[in-house]
Amino acid sequence: MKSPRFPDTIKESSKPSNFCPGCGHSIILKNIGQLMADMKIEKKTVFAIDIGCSLLAWDFFDVDTFQTHHGRTTATALGMKRANPDAIILAYMGDGGGYAIGLQNLIHACYRNENITVILANNTMFSMTGGQMAPTTLPGEVTNTTPDGVFTADKPFYGPEMLAREAHEGAYIARAAVSNPGQAYSYMKNAIQNQIDGKGFSFVEILSYCPINWKTDAEGSAKFLEKMKKTFPLGEIKK
Amino acid sequence: MAQVKVKSVLMTGNQVVVKAALTVGAEMFSGYPITPTTEILSEWAKEAEKDKKLIFLQTEDEPAAGFVMVGGVSMGKKAWTATAGVGNVLMQDPLSMAEAMRMPTVTYVGQRGGPSTGTVVYSQQELNLTRMGGNGEGMRIVYAPSNLQELYDLTIKAFNSAWKYRFPAFILSDGYLAKSYGEVNLWPLKKSDIVPTESAFLNPKKQPNNIRNCFSQEPELYNHLLEDFADFASISEKVAEAEVIGDKNSHILVCAWGVVANSAKTAVDELERQGISVKLFRPITMRPFPVKELQKAAEGVTDILITESANGQFGRIVRETLYGLLEAEIHRLYKPAMGVMPEEIQSKIREVMR
Ligand SMILES: Cc1ncc(C[n+]2csc(CCOP(=O)(O)OP(=O)(O)O)c2C)c(N)n1
Ligand code: SF4
Repeated sequence: MKSPRFPDTIKESSKPSNFCPGCGHSIILKNIGQLMADMKIEKKTVFAIDIGCSLLAWDFFDVDTFQTHHGRTTATALGMKRANPDAIILAYMGDGGGYAIGLQNLIHACYRNENITVILANNTMFSMTGGQMAPTTLPGEVTNTTPDGVFTADKPFYGPEMLAREAHEGAYIARAAVSNPGQAYSYMKNAIQNQIDGKGFSFVEILSYCPINWKTDAEGSAKFLEKMKKTFPLGEIKK
Repeated sequence: MAQVKVKSVLMTGNQVVVKAALTVGAEMFSGYPITPTTEILSEWAKEAEKDKKLIFLQTEDEPAAGFVMVGGVSMGKKAWTATAGVGNVLMQDPLSMAEAMRMPTVTYVGQRGGPSTGTVVYSQQELNLTRMGGNGEGMRIVYAPSNLQELYDLTIKAFNSAWKYRFPAFILSDGYLAKSYGEVNLWPLKKSDIVPTESAFLNPKKQPNNIRNCFSQEPELYNHLLEDFADFASISEKVAEAEVIGDKNSHILVCAWGVVANSAKTAVDELERQGISVKLFRPITMRPFPVKELQKAAEGVTDILITESANGQFGRIVRETLYGLLEAEIHRLYKPAMGVMPEEIQSKIREVMR
């Protein structure tokens, strides 16, 4: 998103990364690394990740990292923050982890205005397990469990909008996309700053590529992301 | 504890547990209400209201409570939780992570009658679940108090063992004990007798720590497990505890645990008064199990009576421990989700003797 150079927060061993070529996770992670370096918070931060393709980042950064269970990153992360309010806790997960199995924990973290930052990669699928339907799957989208686009809901799940309804004064909620790097960088920065300022829950959903399960080439991925952007509007939803 | 000044107080089982946790330096509690351990939440909330250093969170469900606890432990807090029955089932998700990552957690379990939501007073049906957990090998330390005083003593031990050996620890109680009311000696603990905590993260003297519970190569996990098994085996003799009472030379051995062992004690005493000699084996740790102690107690015995408020969960451990060692006849008094009264044990023993 910002600089083409790899920040020092990323381990030498993480290049090349474990992610598939063209994966949105590597773009997001690289920029989280850049942010931690730019904000000089790498020594104060614990990075908590889910099970899903995000798990591949368990030793991606030269930063304390806790890989938890599928869907349980939010609860673990807020436990860390409550135990040590001076720490900066960054939780990272997929849309399955955040909106399916872990939604209960996510909503309640928002509702209680827990002072943590959650970054969620929305690629409309459960990617790690081979591309099954997620709550974010678009109407008629073909996935591993929606052959020919059957069994999809007639509208996808709007996570940030839903959270914004329960969010407190001071919470920060936004949606960005890997294809709009400057915006994604600044939303994530706002979210982390929100936590540093002690204002409470912050959340950024990032529309992300999964060329493997989308079965797309570079052009096809870009096209699909544009389609996602039409469904999921980008912007700051609560600040 | 003869030297220290003790404070005798009348209180309920749940209150005793909270006092013990505070004595041993617990700092953080997260939980979800369920009978019979709900008072742990309300008592801790009261304490946390008085002492702002104590952390309290009522979560949206048991997994959240457990993962909040593990998150707190990872940051160096002495965190714990309490649950029961179906809540204990849900709690196994975070506890399996604690087990995999060698996070020292403490979980107080007030067993309920099961399966499912069942009943809330008598039960010893969460023995398998608590000892062995879900998809793991039961790398856990489980204490089983049989009366109010032991609730205090063993809660303190559970915290210290968890942080000393870095395995999840449990106090496996039940609804009857949780709601009992009586006198307890709240003996104080020297600061040096409290095992300290350490944060896994943000340690300025150490390299960043990357921890995980998902492995890409089979041998990575296998080698991890072998290390854990070796550690567990090496602490087992130090941690395992049992009590044997009654006539050591008796040919009749009663095996019971928890509050049922308390009934059995009364039965053994009463029979002794009537001139009938019986001995009782009662494990204090359900895991690691006091294998040697049971094998010794069973030497030369002709009849064994196993009694429990479950349908043989404990009985299977006893029989496995003694397998091939003796030819004693096994008798059963199994009452799943029911209390076992001293009179019932006495008459069962009389029956055995006939
Ligand atoms: C309790 C549990 N259920 C199911 C799984 C299997 N599983 C692993 S990853 C995953 C879905 C991941 O999808 P998502 O969270 O969207 O992340 P992505 O891989 O798309 O980045 C599932 C269902 C699991 N690990 N744990
Ligand atoms: S499967 Fe998809 S989300 Fe996972 S690493 Fe590959 S491209 Fe990325």
